[in-house]
Amino acid sequence: MDHPAVQAATTYNGEYTALLMLIALAAIICGAMVTLSYVLGPKKITPYKQSPYECGVAPLGDAKERFPIKFYLVAIVFILFDIEVVFLWGWFTAFQKYGTPFLVFSFWEFIVYMLTFIVGYAYVIRVGAINWDETITLEPSAERTEPQSARPLERSAAGAGGAH
Amino acid sequence: MEGMFSNLYAFDWSRDNPWLQGARVLLLVVPLLMLVPGLIWWERRLLSWMQDRYGPNRVGPFGLLQTICDGVKLFFKEDITPIAVDKGIYFVAPAIALFPAFALGATMPWGPTDGNLVYRLLTPVADVPIGILYMMAVSSLGVYGIVLGGYASNNKYSLLGGLRSSAQLISYELAMGVSLACIVLATGSLRMSDMVISQQGPLWGISGAPIQNWFFFTPYGFLAGCIFLICMIAETNRAPFDLPEAENELIAGYHTEYSSMKFAVYFMGEYAAMFVFSGIFAAVFLGGWNPLPIRWDAIGMAGIDHIFRLLAPLCFLGKMAGGLSVYIWLRATLPRLRYDQLMNLGWKSLLPLAAMNLIGVASWEYIRAVYGPTSALIPVVAAFVILILVMGIYLALTTRKRTTELTSRTVTMVDPSPKRTVELVEPAEVTS
Repeated sequence: MDHPAVQAATTYNGEYTALLMLIALAAIICGAMVTLSYVLGPKKITPYKQSPYECGVAPLGDAKERFPIKFYLVAIVFILFDIEVVFLWGWFTAFQKYGTPFLVFSFWEFIVYMLTFIVGYAYVIRVGAINWDETITLEPSAERTEPQSARPLERSAAGAGGAH
Repeated sequence: MEGMFSNLYAFDWSRDNPWLQGARVLLLVVPLLMLVPGLIWWERRLLSWMQDRYGPNRVGPFGLLQTICDGVKLFFKEDITPIAVDKGIYFVAPAIALFPAFALGATMPWGPTDGNLVYRLLTPVADVPIGILYMMAVSSLGVYGIVLGGYASNNKYSLLGGLRSSAQLISYELAMGVSLACIVLATGSLRMSDMVISQQGPLWGISGAPIQNWFFFTPYGFLAGCIFLICMIAETNRAPFDLPEAENELIAGYHTEYSSMKFAVYFMGEYAAMFVFSGIFAAVFLGGWNPLPIRWDAIGMAGIDHIFRLLAPLCFLGKMAGGLSVYIWLRATLPRLRYDQLMNLGWKSLLPLAAMNLIGVASWEYIRAVYGPTSALIPVVAAFVILILVMGIYLALTTRKRTTELTSRTVTMVDPSPKRTVELVEPAEVTS
């Protein structure tokens, strides 16, 4: 796929130097923007200005509190799946380059690998690791209750019946 | 051309020349810096037209200088640092959020890299053989700016916004990676200039086809392109995925505590990332700088190809502008998603779709390599039939669920009405 002109013009050193130059320039611009606003603006500090803004109400306690475990779970599941795909990136580029026997063999190997991906995915979905419905919790006791969609419906129906 | 110039000026006309490297970097960063105010103006104008009002039209011609004036004003506004914040992280976080937007475009070619035009020395900044991987890695750095900003602000709204945002960006990055993997598998190269070059070949690899093989025109590329489009909107925190800054529940999300230019830096990062992502979308799925999907050589009109090659940056900018207008159009059209809908879309629709697509591309390439190019049509037909069957079953299941929901809702909605009728009837009885 490599075009001869591109191949001839490309050496690794030159390309990566330009990349570093871009990264350095981007870092300088970003740093300058943040620092300039700090330097240029006026400074008239009052206690009200300095307090965290929580809709005008006096802030209640520290914000660094406990947060829902679901965010953490999503991060873990992300790492699992992301790494599972990362293992394949090398194969993507090699797939069509080394002749038919390699292609056939590696294709079926890839299918088997993707089956493990699918099994893992099905497990994650079944366990409810990425279920953001508020009516469901990850507590073990929640397992004996009815499926998620049935619960709020029943409640609302019962409420309506009671009102009548 | 190379020989002529090196004789005249003794100038090293290769990509390794530091001056040319610097020029490449500036040709990416300077237009990006100049175009971001223009994009904000365009967004406000286009949104106004869509909502039947004028938008900014006072400062400069057509209101073009409005955003620049806003920027200057923001620089001279007070930079409040609340007392409870984590000072170091609070200070650095906006810079981290802006950084990937500039660094992201390093591997994006905005002109022809094949042939002997000067563009092959000027673009992309770094034609490294890990192009797409670099792009994925740098784009995921943006999460840190938002999470750290939310965490360091020591404000409950900021913390929640930062957390939401991290989960959202992570979820959509997965589907984005897999959808890009489909194209890498079809191209056999991670280099983005190779992707553009391979799109100049005949459609579906059928020799003699007069249409270019833009990945958006292939069945797997179309699916991957749609997934990438949705994911890139989510990755840049744009409507309808702008939950991190959902103002009706979280004030402004992760940048509640930021003021002055630091606040604007978050916005700049968002808009610059929009630019680069639409550029990447154009390069990977829409044939890069090629204005029309026609193989001029195949129909004997190579002269037109030469003209288009000269105008390549303009064509690329045009495609980017189209992508950006789609961003704005979606913002004007779609309401914001609920958080569980957002997560369900990312994990339960886009990720399995992208993974299935990956297997589909592998089978497509496998069949093409083993049984010849035209027989690749067989799995396409099979895949369509299977897809339609699966969609039918899925829709049948979901619509049944929906009807039960609606009946229960009508029960609750009927409930208050008898009360109201009773209230209305009573005074009537009194007057009579």
